Amino acid sequence: MLNKQVYLDYTATTPVSPEVLEAMLPYFSEIYGNPSSVYSFSQKSRDAIEKARSQVAKALNADANEIYFTSSGTEADNWALKGVLERMRKAGKGDHLITTKIEHHAILHTANYLEKINNFKVTYLPVDEYGRVRLEDLKNAVTDKTVLVSIMFANNEVGTIEPVKEIGAFCRENKILFHTDAVQAAAHLDIDVKDLNIDLLSMSAHKMYGPKGIGALYIKSPLKFENFMHGGAQERGRRASTENIAGIVGFGAAMEILKSRLSEDRPRIAKLRDKLIKGILNKIPHAKLNGALGDERLPNNVNFSFIGVEGETLLLDLDMKGICASTGSACSSESLDPSHVLLALGLSHEMAHGSLRFTLGRYSTEDDIDYLLSVLPDIVARRRAMSPLWEDYLKQGADPGPISK
Amino acid sequence: MALNYSEKVMDHFANPRNVGEIENPDGVGEAGNPKCGDIMKIYLKVNDETQIIEDVKFKTFGCASAIASSSMATELIKGKSIQEAWDLTNSAVAEALDGLPPIKMHCSVLAEEAIHEALNDYRAKHGMEIIPVEHHEE
Repeated sequence: MLNKQVYLDYTATTPVSPEVLEAMLPYFSEIYGNPSSVYSFSQKSRDAIEKARSQVAKALNADANEIYFTSSGTEADNWALKGVLERMRKAGKGDHLITTKIEHHAILHTANYLEKINNFKVTYLPVDEYGRVRLEDLKNAVTDKTVLVSIMFANNEVGTIEPVKEIGAFCRENKILFHTDAVQAAAHLDIDVKDLNIDLLSMSAHKMYGPKGIGALYIKSPLKFENFMHGGAQERGRRASTENIAGIVGFGAAMEILKSRLSEDRPRIAKLRDKLIKGILNKIPHAKLNGALGDERLPNNVNFSFIGVEGETLLLDLDMKGICASTGSACSSESLDPSHVLLALGLSHEMAHGSLRFTLGRYSTEDDIDYLLSVLPDIVARRRAMSPLWEDYLKQGADPGPISK
Repeated sequence: MALNYSEKVMDHFANPRNVGEIENPDGVGEAGNPKCGDIMKIYLKVNDETQIIEDVKFKTFGCASAIASSSMATELIKGKSIQEAWDLTNSAVAEALDGLPPIKMHCSVLAEEAIHEALNDYRAKHGMEIIPVEHHEE
């Protein structure tokens, strides 16, 4: 059995950092009082939650009372869309949502649900070949019924960063609420909700070295919206359910640590990313980089399509070498369609099936990249040699050099 | 194991048998399409007198179960008559692999189809009747 493990799937999840774990530990068996109880023992739980709320708020330049803890980024996305749209329709303000074709399923499937079950109107904006929304398309999609725009801060598959500042300014000017799914972006970018005119923002702790099972929704005060979880009066009466204290504490700690390290981590990780991109382009012919370039891309994201091979086979070959990565191929999902994101970028089905995503993080090293680059070329070459598509591609007289952009 | 593949699937995926092409094959068949993410191509060498499949090779674009299904299917028809090869069903291929995840059963169907196409190609070249092949849309 191979002992080596190289984890290059930080976008899927991250390990809980030792400092975060340490901050969380007292809140399981020592400070366990229910924050809703009146005795002074529970004050410690309440204090811990409010401290974490301030830590998260500070990182976003928001006020603490604008942060609502949820069970996940997915819940935050569900709440943002359903809470705002239902409220707006009730108030007779409109029923139209504008989002994009490259959102995470937490947004897309919620939008589908609102459209199909609740008769809301939804527009799914296209993106350019790099995965960027065009402001012009957004402007053209707006109607007098448009009440919410939900566009992700950065894409989880190809790492493209959306023009959030321009979108925020446009929405504010036109009195349309702007929600952004920042589940990926918050782990890598400085986000200032005031400067960017963001009204609602979703986050998840486990993408930034915090625990799973805890997320947050920022809701600009004094925005009116419907509750999503009904029950007790937790989270100032907006989100029922006994607080996940240890999770909340972990989220706060993770966010504070992340912020303090960002100026150091971001360039270091981006350098590793660029080394990996360059290495693949140099060592593997006919590899196409998917997504945007340079500063318009998350510093940790590398996504390639390898003509003639299918992603799941590459993933399993890499797995046998101890490398964890991800693919947009249908073969790794429950459907037969490849990644909706890669198709929206204009990739053919076979190129989308042949995609691999490597995402780096705090604990990634040069050695990890060198090791990956030492095994990947052979893996791709071997699988291409048994592929009829690759054979056809060569017969068509494919360029000998890399065709990457 | 990733995706609950059986050890046999992983073995045939990691070390596929009969990979490649046959020069001047007696029959070639292809099944699947790039849209659904799987294409299989089967090459046959058939002894005209005995109608025994003397050699078989494959090339496959697709996931682990597609590659394993091709590898296993070629093993199962090698040395068999063209009639025996025709009778190979997709479930026999899947069974020989100790099963496939339900979502991956179509990979074994592709193997059956590609073999049928290759056998029909051989039959056509030898003035034999073409047997209609059922195509599975995905």
